[in-house]
Amino acid sequence: MSTPENTPDNEPQEGFVDPGLPEHRPRRADVEPKADKRAERQVAALFGLSVIGTGIALWAYFTKDVGDGGDVATIQNTNMWIGLGIALAMAGIGFGAIHWAKTLMRDHEMVEERHELRSSDEAREGAVQNLKDGAADSSLGGEGAKRRSVLKGSLITALAIAPLAVLVPQIGNMGGDWNVSKFRHTLWGPGVRLARDPDGALIKASDVTMGSVFHVIPEGLNDLDHHHKMVEKAKAVVLLIRLDPQDMKIQAGREDWSFDGIVAYSKICTHVGCPVALYEQQTHHLLCPCHQSTFDVADGAKVVFGPAKRPLPQLPIAVDDEGYIVAQNDFDEPIGPSYWERLKGDTAAADVQEESH
Amino acid sequence: MGAKLNNAAAGTANYVDERTSIGGFVKFFARKLFPDHWSFMLGEIALYAFIILLLSGVFLTAFFVPSMTEVHYEGPYETMHGVAMTEAFASTLKTSFEVPGGLLIRQIHHWSALLFLAAIMTHMCRVFFTGAFRKPRELNWLVGFTLMILGLAAGFTGYSLPDDVLSGNGLRIIDGVVKSIPLIGSYTSYWLFGGEYPGVDIIPRLFTAHVLIVPGLILALVALHLFLVFLHKHTQYPGGGKTHKNVVGLPLFPVYTAKAGGFFFVVFGVVALVAAVFTINPVWNYGPYDPSPVSAGTQPDWYILFVDGALRLMPGWVFGLPLEWEIFGYTLSMNILLPAVIIPGLFFGIIALYPWLEAWATGDKGEKHVLDRPRNAPVRTGIGVAMIVFYVILVIEGSNDIVASLFHLSLNDLTIFFQWTIFIFPPLAFWITKRICMGLQRKDRELVLHGHETGTIVRHENGEYIEVHQPLDEQEVWLRVNYDNRKPLEIEPEFNERGVRRPGYKWDLFKQRLSKFYYEERVEPVTWEEYQEAQRHHGPSEQGKAEAVEAEHADERLNKEWESVDKAESTDK
Repeated sequence: MSTPENTPDNEPQEGFVDPGLPEHRPRRADVEPKADKRAERQVAALFGLSVIGTGIALWAYFTKDVGDGGDVATIQNTNMWIGLGIALAMAGIGFGAIHWAKTLMRDHEMVEERHELRSSDEAREGAVQNLKDGAADSSLGGEGAKRRSVLKGSLITALAIAPLAVLVPQIGNMGGDWNVSKFRHTLWGPGVRLARDPDGALIKASDVTMGSVFHVIPEGLNDLDHHHKMVEKAKAVVLLIRLDPQDMKIQAGREDWSFDGIVAYSKICTHVGCPVALYEQQTHHLLCPCHQSTFDVADGAKVVFGPAKRPLPQLPIAVDDEGYIVAQNDFDEPIGPSYWERLKGDTAAADVQEESH
Repeated sequence: MGAKLNNAAAGTANYVDERTSIGGFVKFFARKLFPDHWSFMLGEIALYAFIILLLSGVFLTAFFVPSMTEVHYEGPYETMHGVAMTEAFASTLKTSFEVPGGLLIRQIHHWSALLFLAAIMTHMCRVFFTGAFRKPRELNWLVGFTLMILGLAAGFTGYSLPDDVLSGNGLRIIDGVVKSIPLIGSYTSYWLFGGEYPGVDIIPRLFTAHVLIVPGLILALVALHLFLVFLHKHTQYPGGGKTHKNVVGLPLFPVYTAKAGGFFFVVFGVVALVAAVFTINPVWNYGPYDPSPVSAGTQPDWYILFVDGALRLMPGWVFGLPLEWEIFGYTLSMNILLPAVIIPGLFFGIIALYPWLEAWATGDKGEKHVLDRPRNAPVRTGIGVAMIVFYVILVIEGSNDIVASLFHLSLNDLTIFFQWTIFIFPPLAFWITKRICMGLQRKDRELVLHGHETGTIVRHENGEYIEVHQPLDEQEVWLRVNYDNRKPLEIEPEFNERGVRRPGYKWDLFKQRLSKFYYEERVEPVTWEEYQEAQRHHGPSEQGKAEAVEAEHADERLNKEWESVDKAESTDK
């Protein structure tokens, strides 16, 4: 096979002559003894500055009080002085050394030949011969060797599957119970009351004035241990908003999911899962500050701008006998970002319910 | 005293050499030559930032507790009293407020991480635009590329450790991106977090990655990177006396020991100065991670902005068509996969494989040790600038909320603007850059043929005005005429004389097309004939010199006249 080769010879263009290295231009310090002395003093002064810097850093560390650590300004002040000391200590050495190199060290450029990286033909032949000899010694290859295909095959098989013995238990243990259908379920369920985030105060329908927004968690979330609380909170957070019922376009099939203009939507963005925290009262728009997906709360939290594709899931709510707002049910779809099995029904639903309660 | 010291030194050297044969190494390395140029410092900055990261990082591990166990804060910082947080966040507060100098080291660590990646990327640009990735350095380009990816990984894993609101939301975005991967996404998320997000495992796992796996790999690859630099010997910029077969420079000892060694201290000093006076990542203002709050205007560290920008740029719906598809009941989110996985993958893939791409186009099999001036590789330079423009658009889009509020623009308009320009600007930048490069090449031709403009105007006796041109000196000419004048590949025909189809023809044809894209349109360097011609007829040399001499004579005459006038005046007084 002929691959095109197009190596231009490294020879210069015919006629033009390489003028060689430009003539060395002496520096001031090379020719004037005075300049030489001055440069030396400058370098020494820079090293001296470094010593002063070290002094400043140590002085700040030992004498400047951080107080009891409660005042950020005091702490920052101490750190600033230590930092300035370190900066001077380091930069003094650095600039001194560089100034020395640039003014006093010999600066005549020198030339060294390069050698082609390719090994010599002899070396290559030797390498090939050595490998052949080794292969022959192993009785696998070389001239007149037995084929030993069983040996080769079994070694390759063993090497190929041996990592499984290590990796499967390791990786297998890293994913918890691997039950990804947990994504579908949150703490919400029939009759779970809506509570304020973070203090857990319950919310009555009468508390929710027109245009107001509540950041909501399910009642009882704060009683969970830290681990479960974080996992559940990451899924269950909800925004409760009261709109003028006249502005609302109620989605088909969701006629009884809201109460007197009060609607509840998942706070977790359907894009990549940031909390959708910014509500604009005038336009009824919810904005995710991470990637600016914008949802219209008055129209089923549909996407009006940005990278999200799906509306925020709606939490069906009602008011119980005592006037508290409660969930009618869990979300009817997984909250948050999409994933491969999102639309697949879950077989393990019952188990998960048991486990998490 | 001096003699004693010398004896001791000689004794130690002898002791070590008899056990290590280090003498050979010292002989080899001490006077090794390195070419001098400011742009060769960029990689050094990256190396030094990494050393500072190691030094400050070891300090931080002495106080950081990589645990997600819940504690209630009882330290001196009153705002946080009683707040539930993980030990990771509490120990970060402790390092900042109760360890004298702890905040400074945290800031040094964070600033040098930002510098590390900035230096790596600038260094990559230098290597790219000067063609330093060409044979024999393709493999070292790949090592450097891997170092950049590892640098991103080191940065992101470290950013997530304090477990504050920002880093927690960053992790949540990663979780969302991971979940979008077909088939294995949900399980990968479980694998990362040890179950459902956020769980209690992610901080200890990220800690191990951040202090052991990633820096270990970086250290190993840095060693390989530098070994290859030594093996290949450094590239050099073109000029008189510099060829592909030599290296011109100053010796490692003492010049580069002082310059490069000193430069480490300068970098450390600058980082310490910045860390001393500019607060970064004040996690005590953000608070511990909680899945519910997030504030507007939050930004990741700058090197992650391009991914965030891509996520922001990608619409969920294009012309009324959704970008999340349901296929046989399975969900495929192209609105996440495309910007966060596929586009970065392609972008980095092109960068990693670029040396081979260009080698196919040139067909050049020779070792290249003299760097290209970017203008002499217009298509490469154009590609580089186009990629930078693409990257910068993503970075700006990654802080589009800040940009919008800073310049009083509509956030939505800004995003829509970039949605269009991400397709328009990079090709435009390619074209403009290529034209500028070719313009500069033409300027070089012009200079070689006609010399420098001097600004001296001479009037001939016939009334004609001309500008005197100063001919270029031999170094200037050499720099402008001595570069590879590459032409498109010529390949053998598809069929031989017996009408048999040649194997490998299609591959050759691809390379030829690539080659035409690179080299069809080009500005040829001045040939010796052209140069001679210019010198003889209209060139700068004879006529120009005569004119220059004439102008100088005129100048002198004028000066003399002025002097005599001056003298006359002074004698009058």
